[in-house]
Amino acid sequence: MRALTDILQRLRRSRAVIISGGILVTIAVVAIIGPLLSPHDHLQTDFDNLLQRPTASDAHFFGTDDLGRDSFVRTLLGVQVTMLVAIVASVVSLLIGVTYGAIAGFVGGRTDAVMMRFVDTLYALPFIFFVILLMVAFERNFLLIFVAIGAINWLDMARIVRGQTLSLREREFVDAARLSGASSARILFKHITPNLIGVVIVYVTLTIPQAILVESFLSFLGLGIQEPQTSLGALVDAGVNQMEGASWMLLIPAVLLAVILLCFNFLGDAMRDVFDARSSR
Amino acid sequence: MLRYALLRLLGAIPTLLLVIVLAFFMVHAAPGGPFDDERVLPPETAAALAEAYNLDEPLHRQFFNYVSGLARGDLGPSYRYRDYTVGELIGNAFPVSLKLGAMAMLLATVAGIAAGSFAAIRRNTVVDRVVMTLAMTGISIPVFVVAPVLVLLFAVKLQWLPAGWSGNDSVARFVLPVIALALPQIAYIARLTRASMIDVLASDFIRTARAQGLGASAIVRYHALKPALLPVLSYMGPAIAAILTGSVVVEEIFGIPGLGQFFVRGALNRDYTLVLGIVVFYATLVVLLNLVVDVLYGVIDPRVRRR
Repeated sequence: MRALTDILQRLRRSRAVIISGGILVTIAVVAIIGPLLSPHDHLQTDFDNLLQRPTASDAHFFGTDDLGRDSFVRTLLGVQVTMLVAIVASVVSLLIGVTYGAIAGFVGGRTDAVMMRFVDTLYALPFIFFVILLMVAFERNFLLIFVAIGAINWLDMARIVRGQTLSLREREFVDAARLSGASSARILFKHITPNLIGVVIVYVTLTIPQAILVESFLSFLGLGIQEPQTSLGALVDAGVNQMEGASWMLLIPAVLLAVILLCFNFLGDAMRDVFDARSSR
Repeated sequence: MLRYALLRLLGAIPTLLLVIVLAFFMVHAAPGGPFDDERVLPPETAAALAEAYNLDEPLHRQFFNYVSGLARGDLGPSYRYRDYTVGELIGNAFPVSLKLGAMAMLLATVAGIAAGSFAAIRRNTVVDRVVMTLAMTGISIPVFVVAPVLVLLFAVKLQWLPAGWSGNDSVARFVLPVIALALPQIAYIARLTRASMIDVLASDFIRTARAQGLGASAIVRYHALKPALLPVLSYMGPAIAAILTGSVVVEEIFGIPGLGQFFVRGALNRDYTLVLGIVVFYATLVVLLNLVVDVLYGVIDPRVRRR
């Protein structure tokens, strides 16, 4: 836990972390509160106001879409879905990656070699196509999208955690725990895993934009989130179809998606720098 | 060297088998058959269809049939494009995608290496920071955002370049799709090149070259570039995969009749054999190109071969 507070303290000193973190928190807060305050809901159609330009007068801040639905509420709901998918998918990839990597690193030897060879093999596969295959074969529901996206992003995490575990295993405190009679499972979960928190936090931050990318890619192709639910990818897709007459329908979700991804990448990069500075001491 | 290449080739076989097994059983684990539509078929028709496509046989027989078909280069019939086999569809669509992908790859490599080296030589200057911020932006913005925004700007508003594919044969129709496809890869390659170039420029043999009075540009060109490009070379595999993925989107946006478009159509129409065939084809392509990259790496860096 001391390691954790140390990291947090360093993070607070980094400008990139403060700025990109601040933007992300703002977007998240607006996305949660905005739809509650708007007089419109995301299903209500208004055929007198199709493809209306963004105006403040009747609270269509982002205009309306080709069915006359309020784009402000729909965009914010899209942000909610995108963020939710990203977080859940990252947790899935975290669980798989940390478990896999920690076991490979801790057991070591032949098991480790075989497990890591398997990861290398998977690295060579164009995973996104398998996710599409999965989406084709099964009903497209939320849960499947979460799990599928999480399941393709655990490889980096597994590698990093394995490397870290391998070096932690040789440290004195592990010997001390073993001498005092702790079981392997206890050593792994009580003594090694807590020391992985730093790396894991950094790599989760870097996994989130990847998960967002996959989800919005699928939704853009019409294979992800389905109507009437929406996500930023689906909104960009809808915007592409209307871009000649109503360019804001493309530009608003596109810019929002780009800003979210950019912030997460900057955040992850800055966190990696902070972490590397720590480990290189 | 030949031994190394052959070993790598043997190593690719289990990967390819894994691909086929995963893809095949994923598709066949699907609830509902490929001919389930809104329109309910009479039982005799359904049975006849199942028989015609050998869907009535047990799963392991179907798998065996599929693999032995693959060994003969036969990917089976398409369920939706009734008059074509999957092989014919891929054969018709792939050349366009290949052209597009190769151009994007070339642009990404040249522009990425140039930008990255430039930033590394001018490390910590304004130029460096601008290039790196642009690169971060390029990495973050997905192809399906870049492509429509490029179309909006250059085709709809400025009308400099065509937005679509059909209706003109000029080279101009390649410009926007290739740029959209290449941009994220330019960004990645620039970042990689910069990082490794900085490492190489700090090493002893560069100091020696400098001590011998060699000029800055000669040092980069004759001494630093080759070692600095090794990480870029090993990124080529993932880059190829990313370009393939990106081309799915780009072909959809620009209406290019390539493999990516067939893939998306197939996925939306639940054309199982087509989607399965394209996944197997893509995966084989990626694995084989990775192999080529590995072998090239061995040619350039002899240290790798001994491992």
